[in-house]
Amino acid sequence: MKQEGKIKVWQDYQKEIADDHYFYVRSCIRQNFFPGSEQTFLKILREELNKDIYENPHHTTCSGIGYHSDVVPFETIQTIVARQFALMTEAGYQNLAVSCITSFGIYNEIIETWKEFPAELEKIRNYLKAATGREFEIPQNVAHASDIVYKFREEIYARKKYSLINQQTGKPLKIVEHIGCHYSKMFPSKGVGGAEFPYVLAGMVESWGGEVVDYPERRHCCGFGFRQYLVMSNRGYSVSNSKKKFESMEPFKPDAIVCNCPGCPMFLDRWQYVIEEMEGKTYGENGQGIPVLTYEEMAGLVLGYNPWDLGLQMHQTNCEPLFDKMGIEYDPELKYAGKDGNLIGHPSMVGCG
Amino acid sequence: MELYQELTKDIRLAEGLKSCMNCGVCTAICPAAEFYDYDPRIIAGIVQSKDEKKIEELLKSDVIWYCGECMSCKTRCPRGNCPGLIIMALRSLSQRLGYFTESEKGRQQLAIKRVVGENIVNKGYCIVPETLVPEMHPELGPVGEWIYENKEEVYERVGANYNGEGVGALRKIPQESLDEISRIFELTGGFDLFEKIETFSKTKAKSMGFSDPKEIYPDYVNHIFTTNNGKHNRQ
Repeated sequence: MKQEGKIKVWQDYQKEIADDHYFYVRSCIRQNFFPGSEQTFLKILREELNKDIYENPHHTTCSGIGYHSDVVPFETIQTIVARQFALMTEAGYQNLAVSCITSFGIYNEIIETWKEFPAELEKIRNYLKAATGREFEIPQNVAHASDIVYKFREEIYARKKYSLINQQTGKPLKIVEHIGCHYSKMFPSKGVGGAEFPYVLAGMVESWGGEVVDYPERRHCCGFGFRQYLVMSNRGYSVSNSKKKFESMEPFKPDAIVCNCPGCPMFLDRWQYVIEEMEGKTYGENGQGIPVLTYEEMAGLVLGYNPWDLGLQMHQTNCEPLFDKMGIEYDPELKYAGKDGNLIGHPSMVGCG
Repeated sequence: MELYQELTKDIRLAEGLKSCMNCGVCTAICPAAEFYDYDPRIIAGIVQSKDEKKIEELLKSDVIWYCGECMSCKTRCPRGNCPGLIIMALRSLSQRLGYFTESEKGRQQLAIKRVVGENIVNKGYCIVPETLVPEMHPELGPVGEWIYENKEEVYERVGANYNGEGVGALRKIPQESLDEISRIFELTGGFDLFEKIETFSKTKAKSMGFSDPKEIYPDYVNHIFTTNNGKHNRQ
């Protein structure tokens, strides 16, 4: 196909991603489970890419987990989101950089609601003014943090120390990419590649030397399901969905899983441990689990950052098999060390088998 | 009260249900339909039928609580419907009317409100490290337990600002910001929903034989958090 034809066919799957000057909004789940990932994202943008990204200490949760577990009304979450936009407006920014897929879906849902129901926008403006005295502009660009890493993937790779290549065989590492449902299933035009051909993580993997695993349940939910995980007696739903994915990817022998959403890597990491405990089944090589990374962790490893600075000691499923394949130098003695270098105790068991 | 008319006041219903032809594509893609005895196609059909009796049964049933709100249905529906949004409208109405306490899955809303809802208002986060108690979260494994028991040092090691002033991961949200969130909840119906969940749940707890002079009902909360009658799954 001619180049013009290709561009036309794929134009619906492209997304505009702001080039600089971002207002950063954090993720509740990423802060709890992968705080090193947010730290790494900011470091890459500021120190590697020389970008301006601003965080206001007054921003809060978007309340999305409460909204999607149905204890926060739509009007309430809209007004909380409007407050985040007001903080952005007051700071002189127009581009929102979102750390969370649930939040990203919510920002898009609310902005689209306001386009379709202008009266709703006016109602929310009035609520926010009455509650806080604040006013806001709608962001000109809403990017998930992974969109920004995707946009600058070649610039990041130009600074690489390691590649997604097996140093022993010279072959590309096989990477499962998991997008996270709320990235583009609700609003396909808001995600790179849409809902049918999401390319945000695949683009990173391919640019950094790896090979994407295309397996039957590639687009299936990790199983978070909000209330289906939050309540203990519902968690069978969550682990069953992750298991369905593991069973489907296992024959392809993936070297690692990389995730877009903050929650998915936690579930895909921890449910491997649970399945081993319950059934004695593991999905990786040599009776081990498959290492699960956030995209910030994957970028950090490629850039040669210390795995323990990235927070990879907070994973239950060991990531060391991946380090060894990539040829990453690391000090296992410092895995559970604190900032001062002294050991912070030791988990009673690490890994999932 | 006309239940269908009440549902149409929720703009998520207008977005989620335009005209369903009951093709069942939503059910085919639905993770909940694979796990639970659940069929989003039937949900859309019942609401579209405007059958008040059947809608009331839905609002009192476990069925509306099976959806995981992943919204996979939104992508696939050939008519642009989104059963996940229909579910959200149904759940909101079920809570407003107190019908949620009639089902095992619905009753769980009190536990979610007590943890996630109160975290939002009191801490400015949906999830905070202090609530990831290992006994309630055995799935977080030995590493999760290690993190829980060494929160300050582990979070400091990876660059977080746990409970600190200023910016950073897990920073303490300033009180004036929490005050703004509370005023937003007050004005927009957030606290009203909390109150309804509490009031209807306490009535139900009493009727189920739970008692607590302080009216907090920790045993009831523990019961709804851990009980599963084993009859929810697809056989």
